[in-house]
Amino acid sequence: MRKLGLIIRREYLAKVRNKSFVIMTFLSPILLVGMVVLIAYLTKINDNEKRIVVVLNESGHFQQEFLPQPGLAFVMMRDISIEEAKDSTLSLGYYGLLHLEDRGPLDKVVESAYFFTREAPSTQVLEHIERILERELRAYRLEELGMSPQTYANLGKGYEINTATFAGERSGKGINEFKALVGGGFGYLIMMFIIIYGGFVMRSVIEEKTSRIIEIIISSVKPFQLMLGKIIGTSLAGVTQFLIWIISASLLMVLALIFLDLDPAILLERPGTPGMDPAFPVDGLPADATTSLLIEEFLKIPMGLMIGFFLIYFVLGYLIYSSIYAAIGAAVDNETDTQQFIFPIILPLMLAIYVGFFSVFSNPHGPIAVGFSIFPLTSPIVMMMRLPGGVGEGGVPIWELVLSIFLLVVTFLGIVYLAAKIYRVGILMYGKKPTYRELFKWLKY
Amino acid sequence: MDPILSIREVSKSFGNFKALDGVSLEVPTHSIYGLLGPNGAGKTTLIRIINQIAFPDQGQVYLGGEPLKPEHVAQIGYLPEERGLYKNMKVGEQALYLAQLKGLSRADAHRELNYWFEKLEIGDWWNRKVQELSKGMAQKIQFITTVLHRPRLLIFDEPFSGFDPINAALIKDQILELRNEGASIIFSTHRMESVEELCEYIALIHRSHKILEGRLSSIKKAYRSNEFRVRWMPSKQEDGLNGMEALAPVVRSAFHSDEGIWDFVVSLEDANQGDFMNYLTRRGVLSSFQEVVPSVNDIFIQTVQKQEAHA
Repeated sequence: MRKLGLIIRREYLAKVRNKSFVIMTFLSPILLVGMVVLIAYLTKINDNEKRIVVVLNESGHFQQEFLPQPGLAFVMMRDISIEEAKDSTLSLGYYGLLHLEDRGPLDKVVESAYFFTREAPSTQVLEHIERILERELRAYRLEELGMSPQTYANLGKGYEINTATFAGERSGKGINEFKALVGGGFGYLIMMFIIIYGGFVMRSVIEEKTSRIIEIIISSVKPFQLMLGKIIGTSLAGVTQFLIWIISASLLMVLALIFLDLDPAILLERPGTPGMDPAFPVDGLPADATTSLLIEEFLKIPMGLMIGFFLIYFVLGYLIYSSIYAAIGAAVDNETDTQQFIFPIILPLMLAIYVGFFSVFSNPHGPIAVGFSIFPLTSPIVMMMRLPGGVGEGGVPIWELVLSIFLLVVTFLGIVYLAAKIYRVGILMYGKKPTYRELFKWLKY
Repeated sequence: MDPILSIREVSKSFGNFKALDGVSLEVPTHSIYGLLGPNGAGKTTLIRIINQIAFPDQGQVYLGGEPLKPEHVAQIGYLPEERGLYKNMKVGEQALYLAQLKGLSRADAHRELNYWFEKLEIGDWWNRKVQELSKGMAQKIQFITTVLHRPRLLIFDEPFSGFDPINAALIKDQILELRNEGASIIFSTHRMESVEELCEYIALIHRSHKILEGRLSSIKKAYRSNEFRVRWMPSKQEDGLNGMEALAPVVRSAFHSDEGIWDFVVSLEDANQGDFMNYLTRRGVLSSFQEVVPSVNDIFIQTVQKQEAHA
């Protein structure tokens, strides 16, 4: 145990004193915050651009409808030919030209309307103009039918069934997705940690091999102790790095937002900001109600339970994968030879994230979600996505959770045993590029 | 006295390859024991078994009479042939770490390190990183980390590689001193002249088998060919070899004469020595008369070749 402690200490110090590690640790939050601030700033500038659209209205309709918008203004023109209008739009440097011909009734006018721009028009501008025309067209047709807009609104109102769980809690669409997202955050964290720090473990093993110190070390300690100490020391360094990242990034972010007077919401509003959108458009419920329901649901996520199980899945999952990384590091002589072995490790992780997101989103307790949350190489990630629904009734059945953890522990013992064997043989093999067949043979030495 | 290390019928296979086949050895306490053999003979595997890096499929290893167990690593110092240090670590810190892994307390390790750093005159390297050191300097550090915990059994695999002659001599003296202080030493090398110089016992391993073991002087005795090299100035050159050859056969191919001094090799049974010496002293001036002792190198090559012929 004393030796294990010594090894952990050395590995930890070697890692955190490493120059590139220090730079990574302190530079990344600055880069990250810088990026966010830059995006927010650019978005702000982008929105300040004013687009002016010329409206050549030859019809008797549309007198008051084209109102200025943030970023968009309209200039009305009359009594000139379309050619002249095009020319002056171009020469004035305006964004586009909307041509409404005089075709009599409004529906005919709208049908024959044309929007000219220099290049393909921006979706935002186009949608805005379409909306104006559509609104008028609809009002016109309603009038023809003799129906009041109020009646129409009642007619077109969607229907949403009332939903509740048997326990009597209100539920709604988007809740599954939202919960899976929260759990997915935990799962994603596990995956990133495995990939980054598993790689560190591997490189540190390769370093010991290439510097030829390995035989000296293992004449004092058991190879398994060395491997375990390496994994633990490296992960402690990783935890340190993560903590520094989280703390400094949030501090910097707050400071940046205060001093640059940027609205953080600007980032969330953008369509295409990853991870934010799918959960929010909840049809049928007014936006406020949805938000409050989501907040309610978020508060209902059993955080204590989540964190408890996160620790279990994190530790076991990380140990399984990092011991495989250690075995790979031991089997090869340099990093370029690791490629063929790395891919099969990344594969289940990727599968867990993607399959997890797709299947857990739509049905957290469907057969795929259940299967992947029990299969040990994917369970740390997928089970974390299912857990926000709670355990027991309405959530993950207890037997599934028990089976999943049981299998994970069994796999952990098995994999660490096998990895330790490969490691033990591999660290003393120099100058060979091993094949899978050879690795298999090593298991029997 | 009990042998410090005894290896009994040890076998070890890697897949289909048998690295050691029923090897038994006894390393006497307070001796320097040369472990010799061609490349790939199984020496490294044997050394790794002693260090508990590898484990035998069959057979036992005893250290000081006890079956080898994990706690014994603190009593063994091992300088492997493939050796190195952590490049990014400071010299002092690294030596402390390695010593603590061998079971020394931090304070003890510190004290021993100061002693050795002073002894080998490397005191001011403490805070330098290994990558800044020359190869010879790194080798010195490695030697120190091997002996720091005052092990009963020291195993040196090619200890002199990487040293210039001055430092090699320094290390050789240290090895002898350690032996005199009571350590037992296993010494594996291909440099036969250092075996000749240092080892009291040798074992020869060839193709997974031990083919020779014993006290170096006895082995040499067994391998002696009863040949003597003579330098002699006959008073009458014209007598030629005939008179002498009546007493003992002269190896004519090795004969040459230079300014009246003859230099030749003669095969001589012990019983005939007196007569032959009388002949030489009466008929000339004898300047040297020495038994031709087989070198370790000769023994090595001869034994291995004989083994190959059998196989």
